[in-house]
Amino acid sequence: MEKTLTLPSHITTEKLKDLYKQMWLIRYFDEKVDQFFAKGMIHGTTHLCVGQEASAAGAIAALQDKDKITSTHRGHGHCIAKGAETDRMMAELFGRETGYCKGKGGSMHIADLEKGNLGANGIVGGGIPLAVGAALTSKMKKEGYVVLCFFGDGASNEGSFHESLNLASVWDLPVVFVCENNQYGMSGPVKEMVNIENIAERAGSYGIPGKAVDGNDMVEIINTVYDAVENARSGNGPSLIEMKTYRWKGHSKSDAKKYRTREEEKEWREKDPIQRFKEVLIEEDILTEEQAKNLQEEAKQEIDDAVKFAENSPEPSTDTLLEDVYA
Amino acid sequence: MREITYLEAVREAMSQEMRKNDDVFILGEDIGVYGGAFGVTRGMIEEFGPERIRNTPISEAAIAGGAVGAALTGMRPILELQFSDFITIAMDQIVNQAAKLRYMYGGKGSVPMVLRTPAGSGTGAAAQHSQSLEAWVAHIPGLKVVQPSTAYDAKGLLKAAIDDENPVIFYEHKLLYKTKGDVPEEQYSIPIGKADIKREGKDVTVVATSIMVHKALEAAEELEKEGIDVEVIDPRTLVPLDEETIVNSVKKTGRLIVVHEAVKRGGFGGEIASVIAESEAFDYLDSPIKRLGGLPIPIPYNPNLEKAAVPQVPDIIDAVKETVRFK
Ligand SMILES: Cc1ncc(C[n+]2csc(CCOP(=O)(O)OP(=O)(O)O)c2C)c(N)n1
Ligand SMILES: [Mg+2]
Repeated sequence: MEKTLTLPSHITTEKLKDLYKQMWLIRYFDEKVDQFFAKGMIHGTTHLCVGQEASAAGAIAALQDKDKITSTHRGHGHCIAKGAETDRMMAELFGRETGYCKGKGGSMHIADLEKGNLGANGIVGGGIPLAVGAALTSKMKKEGYVVLCFFGDGASNEGSFHESLNLASVWDLPVVFVCENNQYGMSGPVKEMVNIENIAERAGSYGIPGKAVDGNDMVEIINTVYDAVENARSGNGPSLIEMKTYRWKGHSKSDAKKYRTREEEKEWREKDPIQRFKEVLIEEDILTEEQAKNLQEEAKQEIDDAVKFAENSPEPSTDTLLEDVYA
Repeated sequence: MREITYLEAVREAMSQEMRKNDDVFILGEDIGVYGGAFGVTRGMIEEFGPERIRNTPISEAAIAGGAVGAALTGMRPILELQFSDFITIAMDQIVNQAAKLRYMYGGKGSVPMVLRTPAGSGTGAAAQHSQSLEAWVAHIPGLKVVQPSTAYDAKGLLKAAIDDENPVIFYEHKLLYKTKGDVPEEQYSIPIGKADIKREGKDVTVVATSIMVHKALEAAEELEKEGIDVEVIDPRTLVPLDEETIVNSVKKTGRLIVVHEAVKRGGFGGEIASVIAESEAFDYLDSPIKRLGGLPIPIPYNPNLEKAAVPQVPDIIDAVKETVRFK
């Protein structure tokens, strides 16, 4: 069969298989977290990205290791895609000492600076200016990295979004803004909260390119983000990419989902990004059904192990309360 | 009298006023079919419709300023700020606009708005969703600051806040939403600036705010068993502060402890302690004033750490014992 896939050269066959497994890691991670919250085994709150795996895995696949990201409250997928260890992530959700934030941050604050993940964020739009600043460092110190800045459709109504796009534009910074438009804020439908068809159009106001893509299509995402990132790396400034996608679960933990219909949910479930990616990989003879199944199984096993690690990890001592306090 | 929750009391205060006065409306994020992040406005959009229960984009600066502008021109908006932490984004409009206009314009105009917002820790939502920042607004001339601790106070104070011709910041506590109390069905108003003696006692005065009122009452029960008679005063409003009630109590007991959840350093407890130090009650003090407040740290995620970050009942008991034993 004729191979039709065109992808950046660093996206090898092996990498495609890894990405397929990574999407399952993200899904199983969040499915597990969902179960634990439902059972009251985890404290606090969390936001799940089930259904949005492609935007995390695809966009980050377009990066080089030295590139950085800023993430959001719905950040487990970004974190896994940027190379975080799922066991230390799960431990953080369990509030354990072995977690990424020593149990002090929880779901909304996982950061992995070594891997270039500048952190999830509890403040909607809070990470966008941080991405601009990180891109400024790259430019001033000629470090050659690009910053990928994730945020939601809802966040694009914050002043921080508008101010950041303008600043990045006038300073010509190497940052790519990625709006994960999952159609809703906590409940506010994007159709009622934004009066334009595509959030990507907002780029025009700041003199930077904007493009809307199918946020459940791995191949389109990888290619679009790659072009934007390499453009930014070459000194051509920032751009905005909108990923049209959908969160399958409620906003945080679960909710009654009164703000949308079950039919709409069903339509989007049929656009399952993992299933679609699998079909591409099988069509292209990169994977067999059998191999796909094995990768999925491996992902499931890794998450089960992560849970065991978290459960067996110690709680932080209250002696650590004043640790890391400097003012 | 019938018992309802603190949350229902807040909702009832708004609904009753909205039935009478068309100028009163609510704006905020997810307050429509979702019913608000904590469910306070649940059912209200069904009764009052989307014109008066205005679901907003995630734009705290614009909705805060929008409330100020609407108030200045004849409406009586109630702004629901989803978490009190997000006042950071609304701050310019609250501090430089709402608080200033009347005085700065030489007594012309008024801003009859209420900003309602849930504060406090205990839900596991970590550093960016758990703060108690009331001292920030209490520091600003031109803002009234209300912090009800019971369902009864919440309903009566909210009615007074809506009726007030000037901006009122109305702090609700997330952990108090489900607490129940006797609340009259009819509308009533509790004057802003009137403290409430929640428990009479002769040995020591504990001035506590918001959720700490309940912790202080619990501590007082315990201490009673040991023959220590604690007076618990709830200022209910920080601005204006009912200094007289506190001064009189300290003159009676000769001992003062102030307890709030907010970080002790720079917290409102320092103001209350200073009021006493500067007053005629100073001469009556038999022991140094004590302040209990949160540790100087961001609220951590792990539940044990989270609890240890703010005063708990045993801390109040210890402080009272130390104070009464002081020779
Ligand atoms: C400044 C601020 N306002 C409001 C919130 C509460 N909140 C958390 S997530 C959310 C919805 C965000 O929507 P969007 O940006 O589309 O991201 P999504 O949740 O859909 O991934 C809201 C309103 C917040 N955390 N920060
Ligand atoms: Mg969204």
